[in-house]
Amino acid sequence: MGRYVVRRLLLAIPVLIGASFLIFAMVYALPGDPIRALGGDRALPPAVVAALTDEFNLNDPLVVQYVKYVGDLLQGDLGTDFRGRAVEDTIAQRLPVTVRLTVTAIAFEALIGIVAGVLAGIRRNGFMDNLVLVSSTVVVSIPILVLAFVAQFLLGLQLGWFPISGISQGWYSYLLPGLVLAAGSLAYVARLTRTSVAENLRADYVRTARAKGLPNRTIVVRHTLRNSLIPVVTFIGADIGTLMGGAIVTETVFNLPGIGRAIFDAVRAQEGAVVVGIVTLMVFFFIFFNLVVDVLYAVLDPRIRYD
Amino acid sequence: MKLTKRSSSLVATAVAAAMLMTACGGSDEDTGGEGGDPTAQSGGSFSIYIGEPENPLVPGNTNETEGGQVVDSLFTGLVQYDPETNEPTFNGVAESIESDDATTWTVTLNDGWTFHDGSPVTAQSFVDAWNYTAYSPNAQGNSYFFNHVVGYADLQAPTDAEDNPIGDPAATEMSGLRVVDDLTFEVELDAPYAQWPTTVGYTAFFPLPEAFFDDPEGFGEQPIGNGPFQAEEPFVPGQGITLTRYDDYAGEDKANADEVTYAVYAELETAYTDLQGGNLDIIDTLPPDAIPSAEDEFGDRAIETVQGDITSLGFPTYDERYSDPRVRRAISMGIDREAITEAIFSGTRQPATSFINPVVAGHRDDACDVCELNVDEANALLDEAGFDRTQPIELWSNGGAGHEAWMEAMGNQLRTNLGVEYVLRMELDFSEYLPLRDAKGMTGPFREGWIMDYPVAENFLGPLYATSAQAPAGSNTTFYGNPEFDDLIREGNGADNDEDAIAAYQAAEDLLIQDMPSAPLWYRVNIGAHSEKVENVIIDAFGRIDAAAVRVIG
Repeated sequence: MGRYVVRRLLLAIPVLIGASFLIFAMVYALPGDPIRALGGDRALPPAVVAALTDEFNLNDPLVVQYVKYVGDLLQGDLGTDFRGRAVEDTIAQRLPVTVRLTVTAIAFEALIGIVAGVLAGIRRNGFMDNLVLVSSTVVVSIPILVLAFVAQFLLGLQLGWFPISGISQGWYSYLLPGLVLAAGSLAYVARLTRTSVAENLRADYVRTARAKGLPNRTIVVRHTLRNSLIPVVTFIGADIGTLMGGAIVTETVFNLPGIGRAIFDAVRAQEGAVVVGIVTLMVFFFIFFNLVVDVLYAVLDPRIRYD
Repeated sequence: MKLTKRSSSLVATAVAAAMLMTACGGSDEDTGGEGGDPTAQSGGSFSIYIGEPENPLVPGNTNETEGGQVVDSLFTGLVQYDPETNEPTFNGVAESIESDDATTWTVTLNDGWTFHDGSPVTAQSFVDAWNYTAYSPNAQGNSYFFNHVVGYADLQAPTDAEDNPIGDPAATEMSGLRVVDDLTFEVELDAPYAQWPTTVGYTAFFPLPEAFFDDPEGFGEQPIGNGPFQAEEPFVPGQGITLTRYDDYAGEDKANADEVTYAVYAELETAYTDLQGGNLDIIDTLPPDAIPSAEDEFGDRAIETVQGDITSLGFPTYDERYSDPRVRRAISMGIDREAITEAIFSGTRQPATSFINPVVAGHRDDACDVCELNVDEANALLDEAGFDRTQPIELWSNGGAGHEAWMEAMGNQLRTNLGVEYVLRMELDFSEYLPLRDAKGMTGPFREGWIMDYPVAENFLGPLYATSAQAPAGSNTTFYGNPEFDDLIREGNGADNDEDAIAAYQAAEDLLIQDMPSAPLWYRVNIGAHSEKVENVIIDAFGRIDAAAVRVIG
């Protein structure tokens, strides 16, 4: 197990280098002159433009820019944005916000999704089953942007149950955006769990357990759920990366100062260093959580061994 | 780390709540004791919407509204502008700014001004700040404000043919700035400019304390100014900053409130919802959907101000097809500005009648005879000039920035009124559009925007149409060049009194109207709103809210 984890982590290094170069090349390929755009309708003086272009190595060819970037990176310097602010500071300040948002969303997704899925799965075609089917279809079909504005308007402004925007109220501030962010995946998790539970309930070992006279509760929780959760855990694990990306919309509408908003601004301003720094970090998270999921398999199903 | 963050925000909330309570309690007892105006109240805290500032909060590098709003509360310049008339008033740091020849100016400061760290505001504070801003390796966005000071060129790094800086500038200090004593300094300009005292109220001219030069980066996050409010905490990107009243402020206009929070919002809609929900007090601009109902919803809490800006339709005077002034005048007459400002902008734009914006002295309401719809004359002029109507007019603007609707409406008007097809060229992003425009790449009329630097008529003329301002050196992107126009600007700048100056500027504007290098379209009208908690909310011609003037009543 330990060797497997180390091998997987070592494999992540070439992936990260490749990903960062690709992202770098993509930002580089964006047309336009970001320094000229800083001035807007009023052009910056040529000497100032020259100083800025020089500072951000924007006149160098792609490979030279990348080598300089990696060189700085090896010295622990992620570069600066056009405001002169260190990228690591931006990440340090904004990452906790996105992490909290993602954790809230995952918690909703896992908790509500699995409970609803199990309830629907153990009584197929019952009331709960139909409720879960209908509500999940509705939620999945509404774009997240619409959902966000409706939630903000109804639950935030009209009913006043949740803060409308910002993070001034601690974890409480993350509930509404977390729920909105989780909505789509939550519906998916419920359906996945439902199908999986329903299928497993028909399996031979469940019939055996029933024949042994085990109470229904034990059958569902101990025997069925554990097996049924394998596909669900895979989905939730992969979804952590997706959620961090999807946070761009949620963070913007609810005005949360997280990574999503930072990356949106950085792409618009063509700030290569910021985009590469943050996206590479997200690639790392993605790799990491996939590894966690794989390790969790072995815990859920002892037959799966990695050594 | 997380724990500290959480607990510190809890503490901050508690402190804020406590301050609010004491402030409320205090004002009840103190109302009689204030002396002077019995209705004047002080204390309390309020919040103002801003977008994310583009630059660190350093005056020399702040030229957009978002950061400018914060910097304005933290600093006070030599002069301030009257919010009604936009005339400079001497209730800033300067006691007087005088000159015999409009070229060499003597600035005398009032005694007793201090920065928030307690150090005095001296002549050196201004001279050092201005030299720092002008020195090109510091890459300050406002450096060009000093290009009329003698010695400015020596602070610009030489560049090679590809615009790479080669070597250092010849000097680090402008020879035209001389400190006489602690409270006096001299400024020598390269040509007479009688309006110069009006210009120095702008952000670029604010003083900097010595602490700035030790740590410019830290300063940019938590500036030490000399204004009515001080920053006790750094600016948090994505969130904003809370400023507290500076009690040793030497100016007449001390802040009324104890505290102002500038809250950064990514989306104007979210800020508007927060305003409705009572979590935000002042918003300087409303989302487009909310504008038609603003009067009903906010009543006298809606604020409306004309901005010191102009949007124009520039012509590529370098393109053969648009080189004839008659063609340019005709196209200007083919546009129904009134219809567009009403239908597309719901009255948040005011049709332009002049190159000079109405907020500055020298504006004439009837200056431009071709800024109104006149289909017959337009067509007659086009025929006279032999304009080829079989080819479409290409209309240029940057894409994705909300210009689509009015550009299309304008194209339709030209088709209907002048009988010529149009093509929208809006495929370029801002960062591609600007360099192309600077490089004479426009093949038809194009969008131009300009926000004034200071309330002087010349600021709407020289920087946009003088030969010396042709891009990329300046913002003259129509590449208009007329020695007679240049002379008139120079004459206005050197005039002994305002009347003569304005007469010369208006004569220069008349030339523009004859030549029409670009057609004035409209000026922005800002519609903002505030909560019931505050009063005396003033938005000035720069689109900035005077935070010191705001009173908390709720």
